[in-house]
Amino acid sequence: MIFTLAFRNLFHDRVRLTVTLVGILFSIVLVAVQLGLYLGASRMITANIDHADADLWVMPFGAKSFEDGGMLMGSRERHQALATEGVARVTPLVVRFQEWRKPAGGSTRVVVVGTDAEEGAVEPLSLTTGTWEDIKAPDSIAVDSTYLKDLGVDGIGSTAQIGNGRVKVGALTSGIRSFTQSPYVYMPLSRARSLVGAPGSDLATFHLVKVYPDQDIEKVRNNLLSRLEGAEVLTKAEFRQRSLRQWLFRTGAGVALIGGALLGILVGTVIVAQTLYSSTKDHINEFATLRALGSSSGYIHKVILTQAGLSAVIGYLLGMVLALLIVLASQSTPLPIVMTPQLAAGLFTVTVFMCAISAVSAIVKVTKIDPATVFSR
Amino acid sequence: MTKKKTEAPAAPEKNQETVLAATGIVKELGRGAGTVMALKGVDLRLVPGELTLLMGPSGSGKTTLLSILGCIMSPTEGELSIAGTNTAKLSPDELAVLRRDHIGFIFQSYNLFPTLSALENVRIALDVRGQKGYEAARRCEEVLREVGLGQRLRNFPGNLSGGEQQRVAVARAIVSSPLIVLADEPTAALDGENGNAVMELLARIAHEQDRSVLAVTHDPRTLPFADRVVRIEDGLIVGEERRPEGLDAPEITDLTKRRKAHA
Repeated sequence: MIFTLAFRNLFHDRVRLTVTLVGILFSIVLVAVQLGLYLGASRMITANIDHADADLWVMPFGAKSFEDGGMLMGSRERHQALATEGVARVTPLVVRFQEWRKPAGGSTRVVVVGTDAEEGAVEPLSLTTGTWEDIKAPDSIAVDSTYLKDLGVDGIGSTAQIGNGRVKVGALTSGIRSFTQSPYVYMPLSRARSLVGAPGSDLATFHLVKVYPDQDIEKVRNNLLSRLEGAEVLTKAEFRQRSLRQWLFRTGAGVALIGGALLGILVGTVIVAQTLYSSTKDHINEFATLRALGSSSGYIHKVILTQAGLSAVIGYLLGMVLALLIVLASQSTPLPIVMTPQLAAGLFTVTVFMCAISAVSAIVKVTKIDPATVFSR
Repeated sequence: MTKKKTEAPAAPEKNQETVLAATGIVKELGRGAGTVMALKGVDLRLVPGELTLLMGPSGSGKTTLLSILGCIMSPTEGELSIAGTNTAKLSPDELAVLRRDHIGFIFQSYNLFPTLSALENVRIALDVRGQKGYEAARRCEEVLREVGLGQRLRNFPGNLSGGEQQRVAVARAIVSSPLIVLADEPTAALDGENGNAVMELLARIAHEQDRSVLAVTHDPRTLPFADRVVRIEDGLIVGEERRPEGLDAPEITDLTKRRKAHA
């Protein structure tokens, strides 16, 4: 009967129900979009780190992120790392912001990523057109198809300049967005060195260390730290965190996204609280009757909480449908919104929590019911 | 504060156990200079198998007394015992349990849940007692049939006449087989025919189901159904009459007049 009463109370006033559901829907969509953008941005920031086959990253002291690694390191760090017990492989990686000159004039910034994929460094993710062999051809590079227009090129075979070096689009990736909006340009290591002004050198922004499977990564890291001066050694997780902190929190972008999500929760809570309170007020005589019939306070609280729970479930379902449509529409944009099962589950928990908190004012109201009012109607 | 004690009610004719005993009930309403003494020392006993009418003019304290007897309001002074339990030191939740276990209520304006059907309105009275499932549903249907609403189980209050709604309220009050049924102006919102039907029902409940029914009323049409009439005026019980054997209605004797005559 608790469910029946809650359901009927909720659906009795369709206008109020609509207002409640719109409030929850608005809140869910806002939170989903904000957190989805946050997740999408996080993925973009860490995509290259996540896809590198490395246990440890050696980088110049104070490197801020994948894109902002600082000074190039020489080969001394690489050789010292290779001589460290437990290290199976050390692969150099060049990452630098460079100027991309469009064929029709004008320029834009790109992130040059120089890697030798066969050595286990960062591979261009999701190659949709062409292969790594195509990228190894003279002047060849890989860019993401999303950025072709920004780069002023048409596709495979188009040419442009990075710095003073000529490059030709030899392969295309799909879905590799850059949080900085400077597209990643993948190429072999030697070409990258050449384009960043260190031709024929063995300089690198990072050294990616692969540890033997039977070795303790932390122990190898400590050994590396004792050998390498002026360099930092981070685990994959630590480097991810550092990159995220740099782009999401030092720039304020993440704070704005999380702030927007919190605002969504706040707005939703206020709207649901207001409608639940007014619904409770409208049904106050019925709750007083229940009290006069001998119901416990808990019974009445359950009715109100069930009402809140029903609002949460219906509002969540409607909100998720709209949020998923927005997520789908955003997939071809430079900043796609991400929806994961974990985020969907988290949003449901937030919705239920939001509605439960909203029920507090209504519960306070019924707690003060004087059952004697049943005789004064 | 002078407290006028009324004469003790006459003992029931049969040797019956008292299910409700109120002694020296005083109730002050409001605070400070605006305090009103609604009840000035009321004694009352209810026994099973009897329909008692509590009659009096508006403002005489009828509803206040009913609220106290139903454990909805606490007395300022005096003692109330329900089914042998003294209510003096019970918390609001314990009083709710006492109401749930021993008292059924019928209200003047029915107080039905407009979003629930007749059957559901009765079921909720069992639901608050933790009685759910098929047995509870069967019991509710049975009681609704007893009050003549077997064909109206799925109807919502908005689709029932006033008399039918009050019969749903009666069914809700008796479905848990309480010892005591308290009714507040049960016929006030009904026409003569429906009013008589409801009073007949209350009398049947008292006599056939051996329950103690107390109905607050100022409706003289209800007199023929009463076994006992208690008159209240200005917060005091001023008269009590019983239906003599063989009479259709109690022989009303105004104790106030009797007292004045003696004086």
